Amino acid sequence: MENLESLVSAALVEVAGAGDARALDDVRVRYLGKKGEISALLKSLGGLSADERPQAGALINEAKQRVQTALEARRDALQEAALGEKLAAESLDVTLPGRGEHPGALHPVTRMRRRMEDFFLRLGFDIAEGPEVEDDFHNFEALNIPAHHPARAMHDTFYFGDGRLLRTHTSPVQIRVMENGKPPFRIIAPGRVYRCDSDITHTPMFHQLEGLLVDENITFADLKGTVAEFLKYVFEVDDLPVRFRPSYFPFTEPSAEVDVGCVSCGGQGCRVCSQSGWLEIMGCGMVHPKVLEHGGVDSTRYSGFAFGMGVERLTMLRYGVNDLRLFFENDARFLAQFA
Amino acid sequence: MRFNEAWLRQWANPEIDTDTLVRQITMAGLEVDAVEPAVPPFSGVVVARINSCRPHPDADKLRLCEVDDGSQVYPVVCGAPNAREGLVVPLAKVGAQLPGDLKIKKAKLRGEPSEGMLCGASELGLEDVIDGLLELPEDAPLGADIREYLQLNDTIIEVDLTPNRADCLSVRGVAREVGVLNRVALNEPEIAPVAAVIDDTFPITVEDTAGCPRYLGRVIRDVDVTAATPMWMVERLRRAGLRSIDPIVDVTNYVLLELGQPLHAFDLERLAGAVIVRQANSGETLLSLDDQTLALGDDTLVIADHNGPVALAGIMGGRPSAVGAQTRHLFLECAFFSPLAVVGRARAHGLHTDASHRFERGVDPALQWQAMERATALILEIAGGRPGPVTEQLDPASLPQPAVIELSAQRVTQLLGAPLDNDTIEDILGRLGMTLKTHAPGQWSVTAPSWRFDMAIQEDLIEELARVYGYDRIPSRVPAGSPADNAQPEATVPLRRVGDALRDLGYLEAITYSFVAPELLAKVDPLHQPLALLNPISADLGVMRTTLMAGLLNAAERNLNRQSDRLRLFETGLRFVPERDGLRQEPMVAGLLYGSALPAHWEQGRQRRGTDFYDLKGNVEALLTLSDPAAFSFHPGSHPALHPGQCAELRRGEQVVGHLGRLHPRLAAQLDLPAEIFLFELALAPLREGRLPRFETVSDQPRVRRDLAFVVDTDVAVGDLIAAVHGVCDERLRQVEVFDLYQGEHIEAGRKSLGLTLTFQDPSRTLRDAQVNDLVDTVVSQLKQQFNATLRD
Repeated sequence: MENLESLVSAALVEVAGAGDARALDDVRVRYLGKKGEISALLKSLGGLSADERPQAGALINEAKQRVQTALEARRDALQEAALGEKLAAESLDVTLPGRGEHPGALHPVTRMRRRMEDFFLRLGFDIAEGPEVEDDFHNFEALNIPAHHPARAMHDTFYFGDGRLLRTHTSPVQIRVMENGKPPFRIIAPGRVYRCDSDITHTPMFHQLEGLLVDENITFADLKGTVAEFLKYVFEVDDLPVRFRPSYFPFTEPSAEVDVGCVSCGGQGCRVCSQSGWLEIMGCGMVHPKVLEHGGVDSTRYSGFAFGMGVERLTMLRYGVNDLRLFFENDARFLAQFA
Repeated sequence: MRFNEAWLRQWANPEIDTDTLVRQITMAGLEVDAVEPAVPPFSGVVVARINSCRPHPDADKLRLCEVDDGSQVYPVVCGAPNAREGLVVPLAKVGAQLPGDLKIKKAKLRGEPSEGMLCGASELGLEDVIDGLLELPEDAPLGADIREYLQLNDTIIEVDLTPNRADCLSVRGVAREVGVLNRVALNEPEIAPVAAVIDDTFPITVEDTAGCPRYLGRVIRDVDVTAATPMWMVERLRRAGLRSIDPIVDVTNYVLLELGQPLHAFDLERLAGAVIVRQANSGETLLSLDDQTLALGDDTLVIADHNGPVALAGIMGGRPSAVGAQTRHLFLECAFFSPLAVVGRARAHGLHTDASHRFERGVDPALQWQAMERATALILEIAGGRPGPVTEQLDPASLPQPAVIELSAQRVTQLLGAPLDNDTIEDILGRLGMTLKTHAPGQWSVTAPSWRFDMAIQEDLIEELARVYGYDRIPSRVPAGSPADNAQPEATVPLRRVGDALRDLGYLEAITYSFVAPELLAKVDPLHQPLALLNPISADLGVMRTTLMAGLLNAAERNLNRQSDRLRLFETGLRFVPERDGLRQEPMVAGLLYGSALPAHWEQGRQRRGTDFYDLKGNVEALLTLSDPAAFSFHPGSHPALHPGQCAELRRGEQVVGHLGRLHPRLAAQLDLPAEIFLFELALAPLREGRLPRFETVSDQPRVRRDLAFVVDTDVAVGDLIAAVHGVCDERLRQVEVFDLYQGEHIEAGRKSLGLTLTFQDPSRTLRDAQVNDLVDTVVSQLKQQFNATLRD
């Protein structure tokens, strides 16, 4: 018993010196194993008196516990060190680029078009489509633009020479929707349109988004509210100034041109708004009774509003694109900016 | 329509400043496009008289003038040819600041002192009518600021008028609007009939009275075409964008601007016999004022004399009968041509004149007498002459009749959603010159004034009410929403989903023109004859695409020229395929791949694997997962733009719905493109027919996998082989995967080894080995029989 303390001291020294898990286990076996030196002391308890035995037993157990604790601590330390080494060996340069394909990008016009669509989809509008090679009736006649109407001159139409033409606006979709259904109508028609015009601010193809709402009791006030809310939504400006100017389209009456306070300069006047502080954004109006009739709608019972706007124009304003022609050059360096 | 503000204010002068005026007429529908100063800013120029004028001792072309501004006399050296004693001219005094950043200082010119500069018109931003100094009237007050004296502190306003507002194509028309908006009266100049002093008339015959319901003519003898147009008129014309020509042309232009009525003056001595208003005969020609020989068709209304056409009615006069320096006597025409007789004719001859612009849109049919008298008076005032009586040819039935329009207050509210009471309605329409007959409260018959021939239906009046009331005063509300009743079926794949999938696969979306070069399309899709545009914007945008591949190849070329080394592009849109029963406008999705299979990565070093057919196919397969992949199958295909050995056609059922493959090397060479370009084009409609998910019990039974290696002839399509495996097994065969494909050593020439993993699973019980073996045996013998497939050892 007198060497218990020195045994413990020796054991602790060996524990501290054990360099790996195996050496540590050897130490454990040597002192605490069944035949270990400290375990052996327990066997010697039989030679003690009944009075001495509990006390000596307690001392030995305490000694065992001390060695056991040291062993565990050392094991933990060794494991920790081993893990540390392993981790160190496995470390990577996290600044190197990752692997694999990245998403590309939707065309900015598509991106903007979707944003515009989303507003109207929430208001319960459907998306309608129509042919791009149109006939004269749907593109002009039914929209109250008879042959020789001065408004035709503003349209710079592409013709095929057989009565067909490339639609100059998305408005013919209004007629097709009305022809094929019954009121109420609540549609938008986004799509490609074509005009025989090409210069720095015109491309022979561009996109419009048309809207039509026909129902009972639809008024100019509904048109104003819808358009104003739409523009605030698109530009994410709650107090966006919106003004409705009287204008003329053969297929609406009253007609209006809509301006918003310049989103580039906040209405102070800049290059984008030609110093006027206003940006012309879209045309709209109450559907002309003749147009309703061409669509087979009773104009005494129903009224409606329609609007149309250029998607590229809104896209340019929204994302700051400064040249219309970029949209159709399809330069990857341009397209990738709209991911 | 361009005019100067001072002229407008002479007609209607509300107490508002220029900015307010401009904003007001813009908000009334007369959109102001430009507001410019009448002349550039300058200062320090006054009216002065040349007291004396003598030659410069040392310079032939210079003269020494003593110039008097009323308070002081200055020596000024001047080089102008018209500098002479007694002439009243503008003097830029020392310290004056002239346009073009010119500052006048004391100077010595060839030794002679000069204190100031005498100015020509162009030096003040005006139009030079003569070469030299601007000659001011003798009674011009000396010392007066020239800007005040010539009313140069004026603004030019340009309005962009919509086609329905032809009534505003004159100063009077705009003034009427301003008067209505501000409740101010019009100051009409007094236009009194000019009494004839001679009896001369010239015969007028109107054959086409529908095209020309009213024609007024008047002879004016002994005019002096060399007389100077007064400066005030030259200035108003200039500010409206017109140049001064001679007093006769200037007066007709002036009246056109003032009243909106185009007039034409002929040289009476160059008209043979009579004027006849008739349709041109095919083959007739006219030498126009701008010296073009116009070949006339038989749908063109002309003014002719006994020798043939002398003017295009309502568009332009002819050169031979035009007023010139020799003209002594005039025949002055003032007519109403109906819009349908004029519209399109100017354009057909490549012309666009102030007259045609007005007649096409409509001129006030009640205006001709007034305009004739106004023009006569002005001609007499400026160029003298002796007027004859006015001769009129009139067909009252052909004149536009003002519509009588029924208006109800209830309809006004129904359309505007604004509270316009009956008094307001009556007030606004009255101000606009309409006459109202009240049937009952809120029920009127309305007749528009002769200049508002655009008023035809009730809605026209309602627009006028809204416009004058103010669009900004109409309330704003969002209509109650009602969900669409034809919502998208769930099984329909949204178009957006297709774009999103391709984007997420790394593609950039392109939008290319729907028209392409015919030569390119003939190479990419020679099987279809495309629809050709009659008037393409350019030859290389001449035909409607029959395939989206053409546009993508253009886009690829452009990007490759800009050193792009990896490209993934897609586009959705219509293709236009002419067919026997009409044009098929078919929505398609197409893609183009070029460059390395994956983005550049440091692991691969320089050894990047190029894109191949199976990358392409993988992308197409990914798209099919949006739809109903089991409905589609790939088969060896052919497409003129694609490599014959690396082209698949995609079928849905038996229907071919698309192609994919490598760009045909011959086409690549022709287009000067690399051969490693891969393309797909699929019809969108079949792709958008998806399916609803259908729950199937998930089986917990163990799966059994068997790897089998078959050796078959190289031309056996793996797809056919897999289909055969499925064909002979029941639903216990869950899956067939290709794990290996090998040709080469240990495999005889002409054969290939194909490793397949077959996964079996019974939905409800554990498969026994014997059962699996039976299935495998069936597969092996079927493949042996069908493809001469042997199991590889």
